[in-house]
Amino acid sequence: MSTPAQTATSTRAVAFSLYRSLLRTSRQFTAYNFREYALRRTRDGFRDHKAESDPRAIEDFLTKAEKELSMLKRQTAVSQMYQFNEQVVESKHSRPHRRISTA
Amino acid sequence: MQVSMIRQLAKAGLRSSSSIARSSPRAFVASSSATASRHQLSSSRSYVSESKSRKAVATTDAPLTSHTSAPPPPPGFKSALDESTAEILQNAELLDSEKRPIYLDMQATTPLDPRVLDVMLKFYTGLYGNPHSRTHAYGWETDTAVEEARAHVAKLIGADPKEIIFTSGATESNNMSVKGVARFYKNRKNHIITSQTEHKCVLDSCRHLQDEGFEVTYLPVQSNGLVDLEELEAAIRPETSLVSIMTVNNEIGVIQPIDEIGQICRKHKVFFHTDAAQAVGKIPIDVNKSNIDLMSISGHKIYGPKGIGACYVRRRPRVRLEPIITGGGQERGLRSGTLAAPLIAGFGEACRIAKEEMPYDSKHISTLSKRLSDGLLAMDHTIRNGDAERHYPGCVNISFAYVEGESLLMALKDIALSSGSACTSASLEPSYVLRALGADDALAHSSIRFGIGRFTTVEEIDYVLNAVKERVTFLRELSPLWEMVQEGIDLESIEWSQH
Repeated sequence: MSTPAQTATSTRAVAFSLYRSLLRTSRQFTAYNFREYALRRTRDGFRDHKAESDPRAIEDFLTKAEKELSMLKRQTAVSQMYQFNEQVVESKHSRPHRRISTA
Repeated sequence: MQVSMIRQLAKAGLRSSSSIARSSPRAFVASSSATASRHQLSSSRSYVSESKSRKAVATTDAPLTSHTSAPPPPPGFKSALDESTAEILQNAELLDSEKRPIYLDMQATTPLDPRVLDVMLKFYTGLYGNPHSRTHAYGWETDTAVEEARAHVAKLIGADPKEIIFTSGATESNNMSVKGVARFYKNRKNHIITSQTEHKCVLDSCRHLQDEGFEVTYLPVQSNGLVDLEELEAAIRPETSLVSIMTVNNEIGVIQPIDEIGQICRKHKVFFHTDAAQAVGKIPIDVNKSNIDLMSISGHKIYGPKGIGACYVRRRPRVRLEPIITGGGQERGLRSGTLAAPLIAGFGEACRIAKEEMPYDSKHISTLSKRLSDGLLAMDHTIRNGDAERHYPGCVNISFAYVEGESLLMALKDIALSSGSACTSASLEPSYVLRALGADDALAHSSIRFGIGRFTTVEEIDYVLNAVKERVTFLRELSPLWEMVQEGIDLESIEWSQH
C-alpha cells in the first residue's frame, strides 16, 4: 500500500501529464476559435482546481479531464479532415501543421 | 481488377458521352479511397483509438476529393498509414481562397461545439434506430438517448422532462404555442397580447390568427426596449387567452421582466408564452420561478445542431393546445413525426454543456462585451440601442450616427456582422425593432449588432475595435453630413429644398 504522501505525488504527476496532453491535443484543432477555446478552457479548468484537496473531487476532475482528452483526440482529427482558410486574426505559427500526430 | 474495369469504363465514357465523363473522376476517387482503406485496415497503428476513425478517414475522403478529381493511384501504390493519412489531409477541401472573417453574429446562429458533434457522430454512424421502435434494440438505444437529452433540456430550464416537446426549432415552437393555444380556447376566448418587438414568427402567427377572427394587441415598448407592465396589465381582458413576450430580444438583447409578466398572467389566469431562443443556456431561467406556461427553445443558438428545438408545455396547471402537425401521436400527440435522434442527442448535450458552463461562459462573454462596448461607445456620436442594465451582454447593438449601416457592413468585410435580424437582413428596411423603440430612421439605418459567444477571443474583439474605428472614421470623412456636423451645423435645423 502506498502512503498518502506517495498517492498525492502520483496524483500530481497524473494531473500534470493529463494537463500537458490536453494542451498538446487542443493545439491540433485547425479551426482557430475551437483551438483557442480548448486551450483557454483547459488552462482555466486546471487553474480553478489547483488548490483542490478533497481526494474525491480530484478524482472526479481527473476522470472528466480524461474523457475530455479522448473527445479532443477524435474532434481534432475531424477538424483536420475539414480544413478551412485562416481566420483574419489567426497567426500562421499557432496553426497545427497539416499532419495528425501519431503520438 | 475492379480498378482497371472502372478505368476502362471511364475511358469509354470520355469518348462517348459527356455526362458519363463528368462522373468518371468520382469513380476514380471511389476506387482510390477503397485502396486506401484496405491499406489502412491492414495496418495496426492508429492515431485515435476509440472511434476507429481509420475507416472514417477513408470514407470521408470520397466526397472531399470529388471536386478536386484526384488522379488514380499509380499501379504499385503502397503506403503506410502515415503517408495515406497525409495524402488525404492534403486533399482535404479548402473552402474559399481568402482569409475567413471573424464571426460576430451569434444571434443568427452559433458554431456547433465539438463536444456536441462528438455525441452526435455515433448516431450518424452506428445508432440509426427509430426511437419509436419498441420491438428491437436499435429502437431502444436511440430512445434511451432521446430521453436522456430530454432530461438535459428540462434540467436547464427547471422543468419536468415530460413537459419538453421536441420540434424543428424555435419558429415551429412559437407557431405551435401561439396558434395552438389560441385555437384550442377559441370558443371562450379570442384575444392575444404580444409586443411590437417580438420575432417575426410570433408576429406572423398573430397576423394569421387575426385573419381567423382573433383580436391581437401589439404592445408598444418603451425607449429602452422593455414592455411597460402597467400597460400589459391594462391590456388583459376577460377573453384574453395568451400573452406572448420574448425573454431576450434578438436584435437589441434586452431582457424583458418575465418574472413580473409571469406573475401578472398567473393572477389573471392567462397563459404566458415566452420565446426564449436567445435566452436559454445564456441567462439562468426557471419556468416555475417565472410562471412560464409555454416556452420556445432553439438548438442552434446554444452551440447545438440546426433544425432542432423544443417547446416547453406546462402540465400543472395544464396548458392545452391544438397541434399543428398531426399523425402518429408522438410527443404527447402535440407534435407527430419521427424524432431526429442525432439532432436531439446533440441538442441535449448542448443543453448539458450550457448548464455546466454557464458561469464560465457568462464571465467570459461579459468581459469581452464590456471591452467591446466601452471601446465603441468611446467614439463620437455612437449610441447603444436598448436598456444598458437589463441586457444580455452577448448582444451589443450600437448605432453609428452619420454612417449608413449597410455601407459599414460592406466596409467590414473581414468581420461577419449584421445590422439586425438575419431574417430581415435581405431587405434594406430599417429594423422594426429599433423603430418600435422610437429611434428615427437615420439612426435605425446606422445600427450594427455585435454578437459575442463562447468561442469569441480577446484578439478578435481588439481587431474588431480597431477595424470599426478606422472604417467609421473613413466613411464619415466621405459624408457631407459629417462635415456639416463638424462645422457645428444642427442637421435638424436645415430645410432641405429638394425632395
